Amino acid sequence: MILRTLVLVSFLAGSLPAQVSWDRLLHPEREPQNWLTYSGNSFAQRYSTLDQITRDNAKNLELQWVFQARSLEKFESTPLVVDGIMYVTEAPNNVVAMDAKTGAIFWVYEYRPSADARPCCGAVNRGVAILGDTLYMGTIDARLIAIDAKAGRPIWNIQVGDPKLGYALTHAPLVVKDKVIVGVAGAEYGIRGFVAAYDAATGKEVWRFNTIPGPGEPGHETWTGDSWQHGGGSAWITGSYDPTLNMVYWGTGNPGADWNADNRGGDNLYSDCAIALDADTGKLKWYFQFTPHDEYDYDAVQIPVLVDANWKGSPRKMMMWANRNGFFYVLDRTNGQFLFGMPFTKQTWAKGLDQNGRPIRADKQSPTPEGTIVYPGVQGGTNWYSPSYSPRTGLFYISTWADYYMNLAKMPAEYTEGQRYTGGAPRSPVPTLQRGPINTWTTENGSGMVLAVDPSSGEKKWQFKMTDVTGSGILSTASDVVFSGGREGFFYALDARNGTMLWKVPLGGQVASGPITYRVDGRQYVAVAAGHALFTFALRQ
Amino acid sequence: MILALLWLAIPLAAQQRYISSDVELGSRLYRLNCFACHGPEGASIPGVDFRRGQFKRVSSDEDLLRVIRGGVPGTSMPPHSLNDANLLALVAYVRTLHDSAASAAGSGDAARGRMLFEGKGGCMACHRVNGKGSRVGPDLSEAGEIRSAEYLERSILAPNESILPEHRSVRAVTRQGVVITGRRLNEDSHTIQLIDMDERLRSLSKADLREYTLLTTTSMPSYEGKFSASELADLVTYLLSLKGSDTP
Repeated sequence: MILRTLVLVSFLAGSLPAQVSWDRLLHPEREPQNWLTYSGNSFAQRYSTLDQITRDNAKNLELQWVFQARSLEKFESTPLVVDGIMYVTEAPNNVVAMDAKTGAIFWVYEYRPSADARPCCGAVNRGVAILGDTLYMGTIDARLIAIDAKAGRPIWNIQVGDPKLGYALTHAPLVVKDKVIVGVAGAEYGIRGFVAAYDAATGKEVWRFNTIPGPGEPGHETWTGDSWQHGGGSAWITGSYDPTLNMVYWGTGNPGADWNADNRGGDNLYSDCAIALDADTGKLKWYFQFTPHDEYDYDAVQIPVLVDANWKGSPRKMMMWANRNGFFYVLDRTNGQFLFGMPFTKQTWAKGLDQNGRPIRADKQSPTPEGTIVYPGVQGGTNWYSPSYSPRTGLFYISTWADYYMNLAKMPAEYTEGQRYTGGAPRSPVPTLQRGPINTWTTENGSGMVLAVDPSSGEKKWQFKMTDVTGSGILSTASDVVFSGGREGFFYALDARNGTMLWKVPLGGQVASGPITYRVDGRQYVAVAAGHALFTFALRQ
Repeated sequence: MILALLWLAIPLAAQQRYISSDVELGSRLYRLNCFACHGPEGASIPGVDFRRGQFKRVSSDEDLLRVIRGGVPGTSMPPHSLNDANLLALVAYVRTLHDSAASAAGSGDAARGRMLFEGKGGCMACHRVNGKGSRVGPDLSEAGEIRSAEYLERSILAPNESILPEHRSVRAVTRQGVVITGRRLNEDSHTIQLIDMDERLRSLSKADLREYTLLTTTSMPSYEGKFSASELADLVTYLLSLKGSDTP
């Protein structure tokens, strides 16, 4: 009997299901049925070649199944789908493995974060990464945990930062080769931000890039006095990777204190930057600072979208970036050269961009104790919500807060360990993180839209307007369908070419996550989180 | 054989007083609520030793519940606002600590037991310990934390008589005649989820199955007569030494 068992097992060992190798992660185009990384591919375009759901039949989408999270936090997680299994996080830090076809649960990994955790803006998580048979999750108490994807058991669990000082991890890690890369949140607590890579097998730190340079490092001179010590520059959304250039791209957040810059004279590098790091060493290859000496909390914490296309007649490796500061940028991602920029929504803090893409600051737009009206408001022209780029339409799709302002009051900023270190109070008729009362504000105070921009001309091709604002990501597909939602709780299918609404469904809670699509047994599904649940749709059969 | 008789002599009812899911939940709650003062072995407070069943103010389970809930005024034992199910789980775990310590089978050599586990016993063909071995059978990384010596012994000698509901296997036959077996992970009226012999997570629609059976027996062979008494003691001692990793 023992012998038979052994023989059986050793025989089956030869046909073990394929692990998610680095090669598979590098070539998601070979398996469009899966959704292997946060943004769908290393270029972070949130674009899928699946085309069963079309502009013609999208009206026949219907609900397949719902996963109800046991959490009343915002559901910001993007699921992964690997060979019919879906992995999604449940706030703050549980991982659930489900049948992607039915939502039936295989296992739940429950992690209870330390009571020291103090994430600034919700005890949220945006998803996991996978490599081999292992899932990786960052936690709100600033740990990185490796979890067995088959058994739901922890493999290792390491400390990335000190939660008592405000360090937290909220985004899905990025796997590059044999490393797991994460950044930290916490600029509202005066942390010193960093992006770090850990050995996927052991959790041992391989490299770390401090987003705020210390004494003797280049860029340190952009901070007066000791202000760099609590300079913020968090990195709380997933980066992207170019395998040809072997560069990892990450966006960095605001300098601390957010709205009182009195003590931090200078540009405050590398806050509010796109940074390009050598994937093997973490060494800085180049940076581009969108908002030098930021006084508005205009985090450059957006998904760095990589695009290979023609630019002014010749092929170019580009990076496209709709920034919280209200400007849309095109950069050369080999060296960070500024190619193009324009405001995509109403902004008043800059007169424009100079020839190098540096903003020309407008007069009387700094925060004052009495309050200053600034467009866009604190949540920005856009924020961390995943944009999408469709190589088919050549359009860049942005979740936008239009005509949205804040009244920004400057206040004293004293650093105290573990306490908020913001130096001001932005107020707006538009509720910041949750939907508020519906009759206290108007569309003149701001509204949401999906905006399609032609990066080659800067032309706004179309906009799909919503009454309320939107915290939803965007998905585009090869059948020219765009999926997105908004704070009102609607989830939409739009025509990627002209923004025509093809289908909508009310989900009863704000969409604050990026939609994904995948295929199981020949059927294409679209999944999106809204409120406290994950909803999955497919065409009526 | 002597050991086999020994385990038969232990009343089965005593072993089944606490359900295993309670003991597992209790183990987690213990780590969160009790570990800091009472220690990993439950013996860090003078005069209190959970493994020896030694208490200051407790004899019955009801006493234990009362002390956990209300604390002991004038001492550092605080009251705990756990719900009833959690309280019962903690009691089950604390009592199991005693049961497992009371066993004589923990007197073997853990290092030799590990060699048997990884070698002659072939246990890792189905079981996993701290990330090594197969996921087809139950993971044993915390066996010493949540199982008693008697239970472990019985599992080795007479697995069919000791299989826990959460370790049951499913045998399913599809309409095409394909046979799928694996350990059940979850089930509802229409579907069943399992990890198959290939360590693949599978979700089956019952409507697509010709038949399916939840097996009350296990594919684990009995090791009765295959290990000497001292080998069995070594193996059980090794399993009792498995307290899980530090990874929460």
